[in-house]
Amino acid sequence: MAEGAAPVLDVRGLTTVFQTRQGEIHAVNSVSFSLMRGEVLGVVGESGSGKSVTMMSLVGLLPSPPAQIRGGEVLLGSRDILKISAQDLADVRGAKIGFVFQDPMTSLNPVFTVENQIMEPLIRHLGMTKPQARARVVELLELVGIPDAAKRAKSYPHQFSGGMRQRVMIAIALACNPDVLIADEPTTALDVTIQAQILELMKELRQKLGMAIIWITHDLGVIAGIADRVMVMYGGQVVEHAPVRDLFQNPQHPYTRALLGTIPKISGAREARLSVIEGQPPIMTAAPTACPFRARCFYAFAACDAQNPARRALDHAPLDQGHDVACHWTAPPRPEAGHA
Amino acid sequence: MRDTSVTPLVQVAGLKMYFPVHSGLLRRHTGDVKAVDDVSFHIMPGETLGLVGESGCGKSTVGRALLRLYEPTAGRVIIDGEDIAKLSPEALRLKRPTMQMVFQDPQASLNPRMSLSAIIGEPLSEHTKLNPQDRQNRVYELMDQVGLNRRFANRFPHEFSGGQRQRIGIARALALNPKFIVCDEPIAALDVSIQAQVVNLLEDLQDQLGLTYLFISHDLSMVRHIADRVAVMYLGRIVELSPRDALYAQPLHPYAEALLSAVNEPDPDRAKTRTRILLKGDLPSPANPPKGCNFCTRCPKVFARCLSEKPILNEVMPGRHVACHLFDTSNSAAGSTGGSGANEHLQHGVTQ
Repeated sequence: MAEGAAPVLDVRGLTTVFQTRQGEIHAVNSVSFSLMRGEVLGVVGESGSGKSVTMMSLVGLLPSPPAQIRGGEVLLGSRDILKISAQDLADVRGAKIGFVFQDPMTSLNPVFTVENQIMEPLIRHLGMTKPQARARVVELLELVGIPDAAKRAKSYPHQFSGGMRQRVMIAIALACNPDVLIADEPTTALDVTIQAQILELMKELRQKLGMAIIWITHDLGVIAGIADRVMVMYGGQVVEHAPVRDLFQNPQHPYTRALLGTIPKISGAREARLSVIEGQPPIMTAAPTACPFRARCFYAFAACDAQNPARRALDHAPLDQGHDVACHWTAPPRPEAGHA
Repeated sequence: MRDTSVTPLVQVAGLKMYFPVHSGLLRRHTGDVKAVDDVSFHIMPGETLGLVGESGCGKSTVGRALLRLYEPTAGRVIIDGEDIAKLSPEALRLKRPTMQMVFQDPQASLNPRMSLSAIIGEPLSEHTKLNPQDRQNRVYELMDQVGLNRRFANRFPHEFSGGQRQRIGIARALALNPKFIVCDEPIAALDVSIQAQVVNLLEDLQDQLGLTYLFISHDLSMVRHIADRVAVMYLGRIVELSPRDALYAQPLHPYAEALLSAVNEPDPDRAKTRTRILLKGDLPSPANPPKGCNFCTRCPKVFARCLSEKPILNEVMPGRHVACHLFDTSNSAAGSTGGSGANEHLQHGVTQ
């Protein structure tokens, strides 16, 4: 994270609305973030908080209608990829931005061999010949730790286990050496011991290849292990953003604080009772005019109904790099920001 | 929880659940998927036993075989003094009110065409002779108990969120005043903020009604929170059964150790410093388990004996049961690597 370096991906005020028969759903409301080379940005939130929709809209993967991108810009290098043609965008996807989805079984095509599926982006984006692509496939499978790669390349997805399938997905995403890898809950469908394998693999690959990773998850434990910075989403907007250590040791937004309180600990003192966040996440049927969390917030006061809080910086780092929070309430300073 | 004067509510001995595999033109019986292979444990009244393991290890099958939702291949399941595995269909039906289940997916386990009061009231009409008025009152009472607003009684499952649906499933399980409830991954399909709500509810109900739980989960942190004792399963067998605090402080079985080390802690500093035991490879198929110890293909501490002989679940220190040759004190000739390592391991553990 060199100072002054230009981000590989810079998202400003991204707003996505779904038009449904029941009216509009404001799924993403003015989301901004940036990503430096080699960095892992964790995106946390409950289902429906807009984390996946944000990432899908910035690469144009949402069907339109019903989805409509109402505003914002997505700078990849110096190009605003929201303004380029569908054809150019298809070139960006896969080549510059790779995707790993949650469920490797449904995202792989069951009737083609794994080799076939990894070759596709190589031929499409890099213009490789088939023999070149075949050789590269074996390299890629070795890179993601699939034993006996040359032989396994000829297998079909159903012949792989869940963890191995996820490795294949990662190999496809990495095929063209993308600048940015978007991983949408890549370990959620996997067992803990397999999850640990994939996490270690991703850490290793990021070091080897230097790509930036956006890691979407609802598992704060995974975030703590892999992210450099974390963005907490709620009701389609960013409510808190911080370097990973700050977020866990000095959470500011009442939602973040509550969320951290709901997860039981695996070591240390065992909690007598879990704290809960009462109520349900909101469905944003209109552009927010008040804080989306106010109905469940322990600290809500008049200002929270009157105005949707903007993100304000808590340190001197530029917004999107340091610690910032979108909340009217100010958390009292901690006497000692150490271990809980 | 280890009071010898009280008899266990649930006693399972040698439970086996094999699913036959038929293949070839004549659909001959060619083998078995040994989903549960010789599992024994007990649960005391008012206790919560956590059952953990990865997918495919047979933990849900244990839960289902326990309530005889499957016909067990072998073994005894004594619940409240009666062997469930041998009951006639009618006797089993009369036994059902004692033992209930909360399922993982509240969406799939609730009939979409039944209203909430019909769903919660169904066990009442099946097993009791309440008149419609009393029945409705009992439904309201149950709804109060699990925190559902009485106004929702005529709504249908799709109108509720995941957490509320799980509350409906819990109310249905409670309807007949059961003593024992199998909770099969009750929170796995829920968001984190909702998981805590459901777990707190289960704990409150246990305090109020003196319920006994078998809590099946792959979430080791949540099991630490809710369970009194924990059984760790691997490929159809229990590899370790220990009191909660002892297990989490120092797991004895190499698999339990690896499993606990793989849990992601929500603490970036700890995540950096702790060492993770990375297991190689995947779970072997339960249709064709390894010849010796089921874990021998992935175990970092494997030695010769593990490849030929299946270890038995033994009590290696008070209350702690482990199925591993490393802890087999009866046979000290079990290879020098294992023997000495185990002794060291044991001495650490005694301090718990």
